[in-house]
Amino acid sequence: MAGTKEIRTQIKSIKNTQKITKAMEMVAASKMRKAQDRMQESRPYAQKIHDVIGHVAMANAEYKHPFMVEREVKRVALIIVSTDRGLCGGLNTNLFKKAVIEMRRYRDEGVEVDLCVIGSKALQFFKRLGGNIVAESKDLGDRPHINDLIGSIKVVLDNFRDGKVDRVVLLENKFVNTMTQQAQATQLLPTAPSRDESLKHHWDYIYEPDTHPVMDTLLERYVESLIYQAVVENVACEMAARMVAMKSASDNAGTMIKDLQLVYNKARQAAITQEISEIVGGAAAV
Amino acid sequence: MPMNMHVDVVSAEESIYSGTALMIAAPAEGGEVGVYAGHTQMLARLNPGELRILEKEGAEPQPVFVSGGILEVQPYHVTVLADTAVRAKDLDEAEAIEAKKRAEEALANSKADFDYAKAQAELVEAAARLQMIQKLRRK
Repeated sequence: MAGTKEIRTQIKSIKNTQKITKAMEMVAASKMRKAQDRMQESRPYAQKIHDVIGHVAMANAEYKHPFMVEREVKRVALIIVSTDRGLCGGLNTNLFKKAVIEMRRYRDEGVEVDLCVIGSKALQFFKRLGGNIVAESKDLGDRPHINDLIGSIKVVLDNFRDGKVDRVVLLENKFVNTMTQQAQATQLLPTAPSRDESLKHHWDYIYEPDTHPVMDTLLERYVESLIYQAVVENVACEMAARMVAMKSASDNAGTMIKDLQLVYNKARQAAITQEISEIVGGAAAV
Repeated sequence: MPMNMHVDVVSAEESIYSGTALMIAAPAEGGEVGVYAGHTQMLARLNPGELRILEKEGAEPQPVFVSGGILEVQPYHVTVLADTAVRAKDLDEAEAIEAKKRAEEALANSKADFDYAKAQAELVEAAARLQMIQKLRRK
């Protein structure tokens, strides 16, 4: 019975792993629902700001905020939103692949690339890759707060305002549905406000204190809210991806246990048969 | 009969207040402003302070604390885009410096993390080898 004991321990260890993956799957499922709710909650703010900016840009067509002016691109900043923890399938890998392709494309054009990484997975990856990381935020948890992002965003916005960076691109995972998350690159700055042409009758706001400072704050908040949304969405993506990955891990553990059980039964039966035939052989010899 | 207007107080993280109101008083940068229904369109930056929403005549005004933000007024619709965090210019600056420092530090002591990455790679390799051995043994 030498082989059977080893198989038994192995079955036990796989069963333990399965318990863990099952628990992780269920935790991820419940967290995903909460993350999706938070995604919905952050939408009205961004929508409203977007509308207001569109209107202000309409009313003050002659004023061009620096955030809206296209410049010759010499240096871009990539903001990469990743997760803090692993075990979530190919979520981060797909995003990083996209990021690396973007980086190579810019470098081929002779454009330099700055990186602003959010999430410790991106930090690890791009540190090893050797990117020029200008700012990072990590350990955001399942309920990210905008406070934790302000610093990194400000570094990028300041660089843009000072002309050190001519374009800001956000790389994020879009939550399509539970099974699908898509890596996507969106240009944040310079931004082109959508001009609402339906506003035929001309009216304008009273500004307090003045058009420009108000516009300044608005645009800054707008960019921040977009990045915050990406971070919240990324949490939902992370949970969905982890749920799927853990489900398949649990299933795989199940098949493995089944296979091992079969091997174990066979080995046990062989041992019994052998023992009986030895006894019978012994009895016949007497 | 005084007219009502719709008031929304939203922050980047959540919706804080939504409902009809008679009057709203907000701490704008140039001093407190009171807005009734029918006010002309206005866009104002807010200081940190208390937003008071009067829902109907004679009721206690509802206080909502905002740490800055933007007030948008349409004749029958008021939106407050509230900041969730306490935002002072120097505080933002400190955050930015902090974020930069973290990035530099992370790059500087890359040794610890590199070992981690290496260990992870080795672990993956060992696991693959183990699986191979198991497969061979089963045959």
